[in-house]
Order: sequence, then C-alpha cells, then structure tokens
Amino acid sequence: MKLKVFIERENKRVSLDIKKGATISDVLRKLKLNPVTVVTTMNNEVVTEGFTIQSEGILSIHSVVSGG
Amino acid sequence: MTCKNCSLKPVYKTLNDRSLCRKCFIKYFEKKVLRTIRLYGLIEKDDVVVCGFSGGKDSATNLYMLNNLLKRYGKQPIALAIDEGIKGYRNKTLDDAKKFCKKYKIPLKIVSFKKEFKKTLDQFLRKWTGRPCTPCGVFRRYLLNKGARELGATKLATGHNLDDEAQSILMNQVKGNVQLSAKLGPMTGVLVHKKFIRRIKPLYFMSEKEVTIYSKLQNFPVQYVECPNFNDNFRDEIGNILNSLESKYPGTKHGVVNAFLQVLPSLKERYQHDEIGTCASCGEPANKDRCKACELLER
Repeated sequence: MKLKVFIERENKRVSLDIKKGATISDVLRKLKLNPVTVVTTMNNEVVTEGFTIQSEGILSIHSVVSGG
Repeated sequence: MTCKNCSLKPVYKTLNDRSLCRKCFIKYFEKKVLRTIRLYGLIEKDDVVVCGFSGGKDSATNLYMLNNLLKRYGKQPIALAIDEGIKGYRNKTLDDAKKFCKKYKIPLKIVSFKKEFKKTLDQFLRKWTGRPCTPCGVFRRYLLNKGARELGATKLATGHNLDDEAQSILMNQVKGNVQLSAKLGPMTGVLVHKKFIRRIKPLYFMSEKEVTIYSKLQNFPVQYVECPNFNDNFRDEIGNILNSLESKYPGTKHGVVNAFLQVLPSLKERYQHDEIGTCASCGEPANKDRCKACELLER
C-alpha cells in the first residue's frame, strides 16, 4: 500500500510503501523519527503512534520541538 | 485501541498507558495545568496577570488557559508581545498574535526593541559575533519585565513547558551552575526587587508534545515555526539527549523535573540572601552595578 507522507519541519513530501496493518509507529521507525519529538495527523486528524493505517491518505508529521 | 473513558479514537497515550480521545485529552490537559496553578499558588485572587506572548503554540496555550481561568473571577490577562525586529519571522508571528487576541478578545500590548533600544535585533546582530540568542534573551527578558510592570502586573506568565525546564536543569547541572537553577521552578524569583515581576509557568508539567497536541486540537491560529536565529547548540544537544532517553525510558523528563523540585526549596533558601541591585544606568533590576541589557548596548 502506498502512503503519502508530509514532513512539516523539512517541508518534504515522500511516498512510502507500507504493509497493510502497519502502524504510525512503523512509519516513524522507517523514517528514523523519534515519536517523542513529533505529533502525527492522518487526513488532518491527530492520531497516536498505535494507529493502524488501513486506507490510503496523507500522513503529516509535525515537529514539536521549537526554538525562539 | 480506543479512549479508556469513552471508546472513541485516541489522540494521545499518557505515561501510564491511558489512551485519550480529543475531548478526554483536553480535559486531562486543562485539569493538569489548573492543578499546577493551585498546587504552587501561581495565581492569587488579587493578581494582575500579564502573559508573555510570542504568537507560538506554547504562549498561545498559556494565554488561552489563563484567559479561561481568570474569566471565572471576572478578570482577564493582558498579552505582552515583544517585537525584536527579526525580518521575515517576527512580523508573521506578531500577525498570528494579533489574530489570536482578536479571536479571544484579549488585550494585546506590543513593545519593540527598536523603540526601547533604538535598534532592532537584526541591526544589533550586525556587530555581534556570538550566538544571537544571548543578546535576544537578555533584551527580551528586560522588556518583558519592564512591559509587564508598566501594565500593572503582579505576575508574568510564560509558556515554558516540561521540556524547557528539564533542559534548563540539565544544562545548569552540566555547567555546574547551581545558583542559576535556584531561579527555576513553577514560580521563579528567589530575590525580591520592587521592580521585578515574579514569573509563573502554568505549563510546567506539560510536555512539548502535549502542548502541541492541545494547540492543534484547539485550532489555534498559530504557526509551528522556529526562529531563523535559533542556534543554541548546547540546549539542542541536551534536548536530543532527553528525547532519546524519554523514548527508551518514558517518564525521564518528569523524573528530572520532579527530582529537581525536591531540592529546589534548599537551593532557594541558600540563595535568597543574595542581594539584587539596581542598574545605575536605567534603574531596572540588575545583578551587578549595571544590568546586562545596558552592558550589551554599550559594547
């Protein structure tokens, strides 16, 4: 299954191949991102790392780290 | 996996593995902030509260929470924003700050480096070779204190969160600067000066992740952007260490802060007899004969 991912901090869009039943946690691991430092939204709704991706959509990854 | 209270889709999982939906997370968050305010006596009945407001998620959450709390007593906080004069950044976040205050009908006062110090931060940095955050922090703290006092504040509330505090504690430990740590805690200020406004941190026990989720769920009109000048490698490094530990050992940041709070009363006791002076140039509170802002401006 293809998943579109938007990484807000880098303003980067990537397309990932994921297995059906993969979780947000699996995607973050694949992207080498620490779950503590990000908030994830699936089709604009906040989801936890345990959320199972069952259909295509856009996963946005927002950094929680700020400075200034 | 569903919310432990109402079986809806969760937006957050707490440290003790409770999954919470949108509504239950908001309730959990607000309850925890109010508990901090009550437990540490951050706000008293007669206080006039000014909130430092940058237009970012932390200060917006802080302002929103205090506005709701003070409404119960027929009062309101005043938002105080500092315009450092950082081209392409602060003008945008100040626009957000104006929109936010208009939306929630909160009075907003903006004070600028240009007006107070006769130059913007960008102009000051042209002759500065060190880290930009050093003079910016000094000038900002100066103006927040002075601005809050001029607005009649008895408390100055900032959006510092658990991550900020855990980082500051570890940074001071690594540098062996115990005296600086005595100024930390949910309510700062070990020393008294008639011109010094005590600072409070209502988001003290909320992690940066929790604040981000809250801000997103409330649809605050804020941008999640970083200052282009931000270059605090030491804080970054400590932050990365804490985040890595938090991921392996959940609860690390709370552990650091809670352990620190146990020794904080002794630290405050030890340093409360040190005197805080008055700047010979501007009359503001100062650790030496002259305050850091005046020293920097005359370099």
